[in-house]
Amino acid sequence: MSSSPYLLEVQALKTYFYTFYGVARAVDDVSFQLAPGEVLGLVGESGCGKSVTAQSVLRLIPEPPGRIVHGRILFDGHDILAIPMDEMRSIRGKRISMIFQEPMSSLNPVYTVGDQIGEMFSLHQGSSKRESLGRAVEMLRKVQIPAPERRVHEYPHQLSGGMRQRAMIAMALACNPEILIADEPTTALDVTVQAQILNLMMQLRRDYETAIIMITHDLGVIAETTTRVVVMYAGKVAEEAATPVIFEDPKHPYTRGLLRSIPKLGERSQGQETRLSEIPGMVPGLLDLPSGCTFHPRCPEVMGICREQMPDLFEVEQGHLVRCWLYGR
Amino acid sequence: MKVDKVEALLDVQNLKVHFPIKKGLLSKTVGYVYAVDGISLTLQKGETLGLVGESGCGKTTAGLAILRLISATSGTVTYDGKEITRMAGSELRPLRRDLQMIFQDPYSSLNPRMTVNQILSDPMDIHGLYPGGARRERIAFLLEKVGLSSEHGRRYPHEFSGGQRQRIGIARALALNPQVIVGDEPVSALDVSIRAQILNLLIDLQREFDLSYIIVAHDLAVVEYICNRIAVMYLGKIVENAPYRNLYTNPKHPYTQALLAAVPIPDPKKARKRLILEGDVPSPIQPPSGCHFHPRCPYRMEVCDQKEPALKDLGGGHEVSCFLY
Repeated sequence: MSSSPYLLEVQALKTYFYTFYGVARAVDDVSFQLAPGEVLGLVGESGCGKSVTAQSVLRLIPEPPGRIVHGRILFDGHDILAIPMDEMRSIRGKRISMIFQEPMSSLNPVYTVGDQIGEMFSLHQGSSKRESLGRAVEMLRKVQIPAPERRVHEYPHQLSGGMRQRAMIAMALACNPEILIADEPTTALDVTVQAQILNLMMQLRRDYETAIIMITHDLGVIAETTTRVVVMYAGKVAEEAATPVIFEDPKHPYTRGLLRSIPKLGERSQGQETRLSEIPGMVPGLLDLPSGCTFHPRCPEVMGICREQMPDLFEVEQGHLVRCWLYGR
Repeated sequence: MKVDKVEALLDVQNLKVHFPIKKGLLSKTVGYVYAVDGISLTLQKGETLGLVGESGCGKTTAGLAILRLISATSGTVTYDGKEITRMAGSELRPLRRDLQMIFQDPYSSLNPRMTVNQILSDPMDIHGLYPGGARRERIAFLLEKVGLSSEHGRRYPHEFSGGQRQRIGIARALALNPQVIVGDEPVSALDVSIRAQILNLLIDLQREFDLSYIIVAHDLAVVEYICNRIAVMYLGKIVENAPYRNLYTNPKHPYTQALLAAVPIPDPKKARKRLILEGDVPSPIQPPSGCHFHPRCPYRMEVCDQKEPALKDLGGGHEVSCFLY
């Protein structure tokens, strides 16, 4: 039906929150595309709008105070912002699913893991109770939980953090979705467990060709898992490029600053006694954004125009977009 | 320990912290959490020691016990030649000035009902320092040193961003001119672009005030950036303790190797061989027999589940507790 090469196209999305103190433009004119089987990274700091973008795609924005005020989200050629909610429910969890940062608060504590994974099958595919349970065991085995026949009858609190996140992944992948949105999937985990979970996700992606949107603030996770990166700052896309390009030839002063400000493992030990460069100032609050380019008060290359006018996304080379006055007018 | 050549500022010997687990009507002790189970460390003047490990390894408990913010079950902590583990409160008070702490969460470690001036005054009141006009001067000095201005003193914690709050926490730790500061995950709650600011601030303050740090953290890249020496903990024990260069270029313990290999590197060109550990960190209530790491160790030998390896010095101050060596 669709002629687009993309599975998902987010076009000029604006998600605002109407609060007592004013309008928070959490996502303000964000566009990106996701091709089948691709791993797209959404990276940024707290409040940059990366999670709200993901929640908008699934239409999980609490309304009020939030509202998607503008834009289209084309999934397989259809604008899923325009379809009725019950139709959305048949997409959510089945064709687009999500895993969250904190597995303890996103699993229901009063149902067993098996009940919760099995529900995906009974809800979306009309499986019987027994059949659902059997398939839940299969899913747990796929995400490498030891003794799945026993674990399937356990409650979330009986599992360790890593196992809970595996159970979440099992649930998210139960219906073999076309898109998996992972919102900080490993931030709450220890590094050795993080390595296990990332490895598992990449393996499942190879096996099922699921496209992944990886949301994180960790540039290491971005480098190791993604193919394209969207860097967000204060609700807008600051830069977008293929992952190697972002790391080797970043253009936006924010991306550059971010890459230079993180300590890199092994660097100092191998004799590079360099001082980390800092991005001065702090992440601005959404209710009190600076004029012009929202990064200008922290930018080392600020010019007159930056204080007055928000730059467009300029294409510096094919597929490399930068929202900065250094690259266009 | 053998590092007695120079008198260490802080000397920790065989420190243990076991938390009893109580159950039932009579609160009978049914077991113990072996949070810290016999660690030995030294901290030299002006040095930064990193304590790293995963959650539940006992690094935070060790930091708290070294400052005597919780009491040790056994073992000794000697500060400046004085054994402080069993000192009475009144004896300890003057030493508290010298031993300060920076907390992980800049949101919950500052009293929301106090202004910054009050927060910084509090420790000076308790110790009867900087009375009268000297107080205001001292507070202005501290705020300036951490990159804030004296007008910030009249504001309340909620008016600040996370990075600024951490600066206030650092100013409070500096208020009494300490010798040793324990930082418990000082940057992990901060935004990525703010971390470098705080790390550089800690380094600058160390030079200026000749401070010694113990940095408790899980982020190996952060620890590498600011520490001279790093101790890796696993289930209440130190498995490896080495100067930073040795630890990162030539890690000896299989756990250290796995930990380093697990850190995602922000450089897509560096494809690495992955050594992925299986399983989770076991419970510190019933740690595995022998070497605590043996159930997850790729180089497990027969002896590993029977005997506990001792820390062995491989030369150059590089200690490791593993039967491979």
